[in-house]
Amino acid sequence: MAKLKDIAQLEDRLVAGHGMCLGCGIPLIFKVALRATEDPLIISNATGCLEVCTTIFPRTAWNTTWVHSAFENAAATMAGIEAMYKSLKRNGKLPQDKEIKFLATAGDGGTYDIGLQALSGAMERGHNFVYLCYDNNAYANTGGQRSSATPFGASATTSPAGSEIPGKLQRKKDLTKILAAHNIPYVAQANPARWQDLYNKAKKAFEVEGPAFLNVLCPCPTEWKYDESMTVKLAKTAMDTCVWPLYEVDNGKYKINYTPKEKKSVTEWLKPQGRFRHLFKEENAWVIEEYQKQVDEDWEELHKLVEMTK
Amino acid sequence: MKKETWKELTIGTINPNAGNSVQNHTGTWRSGTKPEFIEEHCIHCFFCWLYCPHFAVVIDGDKVKGFNYDYCTGCGLCAEECPTKEKSIIMVKENVQLAGGGEE
Repeated sequence: MAKLKDIAQLEDRLVAGHGMCLGCGIPLIFKVALRATEDPLIISNATGCLEVCTTIFPRTAWNTTWVHSAFENAAATMAGIEAMYKSLKRNGKLPQDKEIKFLATAGDGGTYDIGLQALSGAMERGHNFVYLCYDNNAYANTGGQRSSATPFGASATTSPAGSEIPGKLQRKKDLTKILAAHNIPYVAQANPARWQDLYNKAKKAFEVEGPAFLNVLCPCPTEWKYDESMTVKLAKTAMDTCVWPLYEVDNGKYKINYTPKEKKSVTEWLKPQGRFRHLFKEENAWVIEEYQKQVDEDWEELHKLVEMTK
Repeated sequence: MKKETWKELTIGTINPNAGNSVQNHTGTWRSGTKPEFIEEHCIHCFFCWLYCPHFAVVIDGDKVKGFNYDYCTGCGLCAEECPTKEKSIIMVKENVQLAGGGEE
């Protein structure tokens, strides 16, 4: 098992001076995930918070090879890069045993919505790279429009809570299961508040032969509207309420990586966040009830999937 | 740092200076509070290092040494996550000088 002190000694591939918000969850994810491989690493990054904040002209916060792609094609870009290196090796221009790792990354907008077909295509073709989605539940980079990862009942600028609607009326898309349906070798859901689990999953994803997908919850103080020092506490609450269960699908086998001792009520998750504030009005009580029902259903379904794929 | 224009840039918008964002001192945004390190309470668990979004926690080998205020934005995550009974990190008020931007 990796020790925090040991991985801390490794070189940072994302360095200081980036422009991410106070208390942002993204650096917490990448600090751990990028340390899970010590091989040379190439990253393709779709438009999103991470991309705009780390490459403010004329600077870059990346200490490794990094390519910017358009919003929709981080996965397609990385598929091309991976294929190029394969060809270089085949033609003897690079040693056959030279290990190079590839990572495509985007936020939930660039993954759940805009980049979904490129991602699906690259996964189906079996390119050997890792795709990491940092899911902050909205288009946070452009001011917090709703995405298909925005949870039910959340207020976003394009699903504002008011007299007409109590926030977003649609259910969050379950992307991890969509990716699992591609029958790729490794799919997992992680959380920065549990670094060991995130590290292990990233390591597995890098080591596996073929495509791997990581979906990591990324608390966003700006769009979720909570106090920025609570980022990690809130990420923990997401696990304890089972709003964001930690599980992996390893060669088709589902495994739950974290079961809370006592499953907490979703109100503990909703309460600290400004985007859910309207739900605590009397007339919106049904939304919380519905939210809890959805979380319970998903949690139950996950257990069934574990049983079924044993 | 001198800002390059399109005339000096490499064709293909390549930035060959990996990691040169360290010249951008995000600590200039800090307003109001900053963390203070109390070494005698510290158990060197590295949680502050782990949870600092701006890479402002200074470590040396297996010891936490304190903060690099050039980058600390004062979000308070380190103090919140510090697990020791008597906190090794506390947030203190500081007098703010309005920032003049991130240039050196």
